Amino acid sequence: MKKAFTRPKSLRDVETHYCPGCGHGVAQRLVCEVIDQLGIRGKTIAVCPVGCAVVAYDYWNFDCCEAAHGRALAVATGIKRVQPDKFVFTYQGDGDLAAIGTAETVHTANRGENLSTVFINNAIYGMTGGQMAPTTLLNQKTATTPLGRDAQREGYPLKVCELLSRLPGVAFLERVALDSAGGIIKAKRAIHQAFVNQLEKKGFSLVEILSPCPVCWGKSALQAQQWLKEEMVKTFPLGRYK
Amino acid sequence: MAETKINRERCKGCQLCVAVCPQGLIVLDKSLNKRGAQPVYFKGGKCTACGLCFQVCPECCIEVFNNE
Repeated sequence: MKKAFTRPKSLRDVETHYCPGCGHGVAQRLVCEVIDQLGIRGKTIAVCPVGCAVVAYDYWNFDCCEAAHGRALAVATGIKRVQPDKFVFTYQGDGDLAAIGTAETVHTANRGENLSTVFINNAIYGMTGGQMAPTTLLNQKTATTPLGRDAQREGYPLKVCELLSRLPGVAFLERVALDSAGGIIKAKRAIHQAFVNQLEKKGFSLVEILSPCPVCWGKSALQAQQWLKEEMVKTFPLGRYK
Repeated sequence: MAETKINRERCKGCQLCVAVCPQGLIVLDKSLNKRGAQPVYFKGGKCTACGLCFQVCPECCIEVFNNE
């Protein structure tokens, strides 16, 4: 029988360490599918973050480089400037890109480096046990905000797409959500556009993917998808920002 | 005829595919797999190879086959 849907070649046939229902598995498959479609596996260099996706290099069957926490875009800048013919992208979570790496993110975007970034926003620190992240929603309960995030005490959720959309060096910004099969297909389209932009030397492209973290949210995989669809998109509206 | 194959040992039992299958052809297994998760299996029937189960699977342990 003919295979209609199967594992992309860039994704190694190994077991992942992610929790049941985690969005990372889907997002990493989408990245691999786009790389296979564009036929750029041989010249791809990924920069992996610190966070749940820290061992993405075990799952991806192309060259990867590990950066210090938050510094993925700084490392990617160096790689891309030395080897401009290579395809370089970073894959970062919200604790990496929007917390400890905010400076690197803003300045890389502002310089308009010809890079692509896949930003996984799950509104929580998943790897360390569900503490509050800068992207945590108001009133969301986490390990460090047991009564819910209070704007007076912890501030407001950081909206990366809105923040970067005013910078002239940025070529492409889109926020998508892994809230359903349709959302996953749209996310793939956005990743494809971000990767094509780099190949066409258009500048900095970032795709923000709202991704479920069922275990740290204290929900089942299905409830997490539902919560993402109903609650999280109110704070982080989907769509193209630039 | 189309068919879906699910890698029983890789499945972590998140059940996203169970909810998304429009024909309801993916169901929970009663026994556990080696990792201790309750996996799902394809019970057969009129699979249309829409691929929704493949799209939502975080483990990428579902393969969809189509004869046409």
